[in-house]
Amino acid sequence: MTASSQSPARPAVRLGALARWETLLVILLVGLIAAGARMSPFFISGGNFANLTSSVMEIAIMALPMTLVIIMADIDLSVESMVGLAGAVLGTLVVAGVPLPLAIPVVLAVGALGGLLNGLLVTRAGLPSLVVTLGTLALFRGLANVLLGPTVISVWPDWFTSFGFGTIDGSPIPFTLVVFLVLVVVFWAVAHATWIGRQVFAIGKNAAASRYSGVRVNSMRNWMFVITGMIASLAGIILVARFSSARNDNGTGMTLTVVTVVLLGGVDINGGKGSIPGVVLAVFVLALLQNILRLAGVSSEFQGIAVGLLLVFSVIVPQLARQTRGAVDRARRSRRPPAGPIASGEVTA
Amino acid sequence: MSAPQPQGGPVARVLGLLGRSRELTLVALMLVMGALVTLGAPQFISVSNLNQVTAMAAIIAIAAVGEALTVMTKNIDLSVESTIGLVAFLVGVILREHDLPVPAAWLVGVGVGLLLGIANGAVITIFRIPSIVVTLGTLSIFRGVVFILAGGKEVNLVDLPPGYADLATDSVLGVPVFVIVAVVIVAAVGLLLWKTKFGRQIYAVGSNEEAAAIMGIRSRTVTFTVFAMCGALGGVAGVMWGIYFGTIYATSASGLVLQIVAAVVVGGVTISGGAGTVVGAALGALFLALINNALLVLQLPQELLQAIYGAVILVAVSADALLSQRQRRLAAREARR
Repeated sequence: MTASSQSPARPAVRLGALARWETLLVILLVGLIAAGARMSPFFISGGNFANLTSSVMEIAIMALPMTLVIIMADIDLSVESMVGLAGAVLGTLVVAGVPLPLAIPVVLAVGALGGLLNGLLVTRAGLPSLVVTLGTLALFRGLANVLLGPTVISVWPDWFTSFGFGTIDGSPIPFTLVVFLVLVVVFWAVAHATWIGRQVFAIGKNAAASRYSGVRVNSMRNWMFVITGMIASLAGIILVARFSSARNDNGTGMTLTVVTVVLLGGVDINGGKGSIPGVVLAVFVLALLQNILRLAGVSSEFQGIAVGLLLVFSVIVPQLARQTRGAVDRARRSRRPPAGPIASGEVTA
Repeated sequence: MSAPQPQGGPVARVLGLLGRSRELTLVALMLVMGALVTLGAPQFISVSNLNQVTAMAAIIAIAAVGEALTVMTKNIDLSVESTIGLVAFLVGVILREHDLPVPAAWLVGVGVGLLLGIANGAVITIFRIPSIVVTLGTLSIFRGVVFILAGGKEVNLVDLPPGYADLATDSVLGVPVFVIVAVVIVAAVGLLLWKTKFGRQIYAVGSNEEAAAIMGIRSRTVTFTVFAMCGALGGVAGVMWGIYFGTIYATSASGLVLQIVAAVVVGGVTISGGAGTVVGAALGALFLALINNALLVLQLPQELLQAIYGAVILVAVSADALLSQRQRRLAAREARR
């Protein structure tokens, strides 16, 4: 009886590939490109492409390690202050006469150290990453303030600033985009094709179970914070190069956008789910959206609303889908009659 | 048989007592700090300086009380600084452009704060989305609304009714009005937590949501209410912010959430929920305001402030973690005996 009731293949509505988050992002991208092309004839041009990509590259670069951190069910709110601190350290070193090629590795080391501080406080002291990085969000920014004060350092070598906003000769591809794409390949490979990636996802799904199956959970979390700090300092260097200025407030407010991009990319804030390709698509959605808003004459202050709404909706929509799917499943289950006669008997009674 | 007691000498006993009560620790720290600062700069203890400190501390304390409620339920509200900014600006605009009596404008301000809190609570509980994500979003959405409202202009003190900003320094029987408001709010919310069923439910939801649900507590209703309260208290803080500063910019109160969360954490409300008091949160706000003022009167660079806040947060939460680890170890030893 039970076998016969199960054997007819249920006409399951398999949206499959269509319902994948990445597919939705691609559709969104195409829609945005179409909208932009209608708004301005300059939208589809090499110059605009270079413009719109290079304006989000710091955020894009930081979104990659943040993806892994959030997949591990942690978070790092301090990245925007590390951007500021990196700029401040770089500026201070250069003013003190240290040549740039020597100063840059030092700044990257500072970033790694800051990340290590986050990581140790999270793993050794057993503190929630949210509070730790809220603390270091203030601490790193404070150190940047102490180092630079109100001074703005705006004298940089030409090769450095042209790396910040220049493009590869004869092409509309910014140098910073190349940096991003290299990092994408690395993170993509590590996240989706190595044991490191598998452990990251495992920790995010169930940290206790991972520990019992031999994953060195805390060491992995620690490393991810170190990498995030280092990449944030790299983003800080790029930001200085792009604006050719190091100020103590460099990067303020960037954390929101980085987290928004990661969540828009389909990463679950509760950990265990997400993909690098999704986040890369989300980066370009953000870049196009900002570009279109700018074309439409929306000032950058209002763009905060757009980013905030994007964040909230990118979490509401999948959640809503999950809830309706759950409700449909429940309804389907309750509609399937356990045994016909009894049900009809109940109706007559 | 007679195992040595874990309690050591008197020093250890005092430390143990301080460790158990965050409120006592903070009061002791503030007394020591106050004494040291007074030695370096006698004007610290002057009435006008203390009024200055307590007025700002009162504003932060009120916002911190609301924040503490959300943290107790294992949530967080990062948007409260934008609520404060929005309400402060809105009240200023109302007083500048409409012929509304001042208390009515204040009521509108608190009402808008409540509405913003309700919006947060609704999205969090209806869609079951982590509060950190929702309030990170509304942090910039609410701030964007201020920019729209401002349209590039600020509210100036001269546009407001004469003597408006004096309210910040007015006092009744020598006690500043702001302090009275803060004390009343802390007492009311403290009693709510301590004496009512709803208060107990807040702690229950924060310590174990599943167990609370099994006990029949509607955790989503509790969470929703807590966010609504946090919004309304943010509204009160916003009204007071407007009175305190008089001139309000679209960016006013940006970055304040750090100080508010710091006050909550330093005040002993654990970020993992289910524990802490609003008195602690309010004392935490006063502690941070004292640090701020001490830098000022000792003529230390203000640039240090943010680094110190960060360090204070990290030290406070680390101390929490170490103490609870030690207590667990002691309890385990006790159980083995």
